[in-house]
Amino acid sequence: MRDVAIVSFAQHASRREESRNEIEILLPVVREALAPTGLTSQDMGFTISGSSDYLAGQAFAFVQALDAVGPWPPISESHVEMDGAFALYEAWVRLQHGDIDTALVYCFGKSSPGDVARVLSLQLEPYVLGPLWPDAVSLAALQARALLDAGQVTEKDLARVVARSRRNALGNPYAQLRGEYDEASLLEEPLYADPLRMHDCPPVSDGAAVMVLAAGDRARELSEHPVWIRGIDHRIDIQAPGSRDLTTSPSTRLAGQKAGVTKDIDIAELHAPFSHQELILTDALGLDETTTTINPSGGALASNPVMVAGLVRIGEAAMRLQAGEGHRAVAHATSGPLLQQNLVCVLEGQS
Amino acid sequence: MTEPITGIVTPIRLDYRYTPGASTSQFLRSIKEGKLVGRRCPRCSKVYLPPRGGCPMCGVEFAEEVAIKNTGTMVTFAVVNVNFANRAVDLPYVTAEVAFDGTDTTTMVLLKGVAPEEARMGMRVKAHWLPESEWDYSLVNIDYVEPIDEPDADFESFKELL
Repeated sequence: MRDVAIVSFAQHASRREESRNEIEILLPVVREALAPTGLTSQDMGFTISGSSDYLAGQAFAFVQALDAVGPWPPISESHVEMDGAFALYEAWVRLQHGDIDTALVYCFGKSSPGDVARVLSLQLEPYVLGPLWPDAVSLAALQARALLDAGQVTEKDLARVVARSRRNALGNPYAQLRGEYDEASLLEEPLYADPLRMHDCPPVSDGAAVMVLAAGDRARELSEHPVWIRGIDHRIDIQAPGSRDLTTSPSTRLAGQKAGVTKDIDIAELHAPFSHQELILTDALGLDETTTTINPSGGALASNPVMVAGLVRIGEAAMRLQAGEGHRAVAHATSGPLLQQNLVCVLEGQS
Repeated sequence: MTEPITGIVTPIRLDYRYTPGASTSQFLRSIKEGKLVGRRCPRCSKVYLPPRGGCPMCGVEFAEEVAIKNTGTMVTFAVVNVNFANRAVDLPYVTAEVAFDGTDTTTMVLLKGVAPEEARMGMRVKAHWLPESEWDYSLVNIDYVEPIDEPDADFESFKELL
């Protein structure tokens, strides 16, 4: 395997972009990500994006967004109708071919134009479950209920996740929801989708993120502190939520094992849009909060640009390693209903 | 034998609040006032009409706005002999790709005022706008283009737009 590193990362998030479209949001983020490398998008061996046309409500919205990288003369380019983290996976595979040394990964998504909880219903099986229009929040509530009923966690555990997310987000300029909250007062809030309270659910976010990857010596040339992808894997569970145990995530567990998640993880960035999902993921990856800092950015509970929040987890973990906050990190991204598909990667700073 | 189920109907409806973006919004505000406004790319100097998010060739934000004339060159066209989408236009009609003077892009509009068999590439045309009372945030404000009494444009001058 070729060593591949994250050499640059940039992101944007906001609650609602009233005036700018996706291209206009992306343009400055692409520029910011490229700047430290001294490269242009034309210098990239491969370019790939992650997004969903269902968010924009426009067919081929992802083709229009290519304008943001200036694909002329024609570039080698691909797209996944998924979170940018899965675009990163394809870029990593492409870099393994050995004939190119750099890749640009970008992703974008405006959740605000439509009703995102209903838009996400369309990823369900379309014959039996989809036509019932179970929205994403209601489904998450069913999962949380199953977890509580199994006696594995309590509502207090959920409040603890939220309080930590909001507190950590105080140090994250890209977060939307931040502040000091105590668990007891969070539990006094009214139920929103029983057993979830509003704060157990993610905010509606518009955003974009861009990452530059490079292989081997090229990564060392482009960055003084490249962050190496030591392992990456993604696995998938059965799509139908009624056909699996919603209280566990076998795909995350397996992806974690294959990616090489061990006990000596300093930082974990987990893509858990709902508070209880972080507890499922922490368990599946065997993380211990006394030794691993979980979601120092505040995670997807603090800012959740759909199709972007997964790559942001990887970028956040990488930037923290680059800043010397730890040596080894795990980043996770999810896709599909109720943690159906999960990607795990293990990152290391320069040693 | 059990009859196969060959199809089911599952209605889908999603509502969106579309944001055209800063550049396109400015274009729409202008066209409501009867003005064509494009945007110039600061790198390649090409002028786009209508402007989208940024220059698709260079991947940079647009710079200044550029007032576009009502005259232009028909770089290519199609003679339409079948009615589709129930357009209320007499057949046959001509759809034209027009590069309005000052732009580096083409816009699709109807060509009128000339028999379809006399339409030709390079023909000089002028925009005919709807009455002011009907102007909206739409390119439809330009009802059609019609020929003007000028020599055809040289093929070399517009071949890049084909």
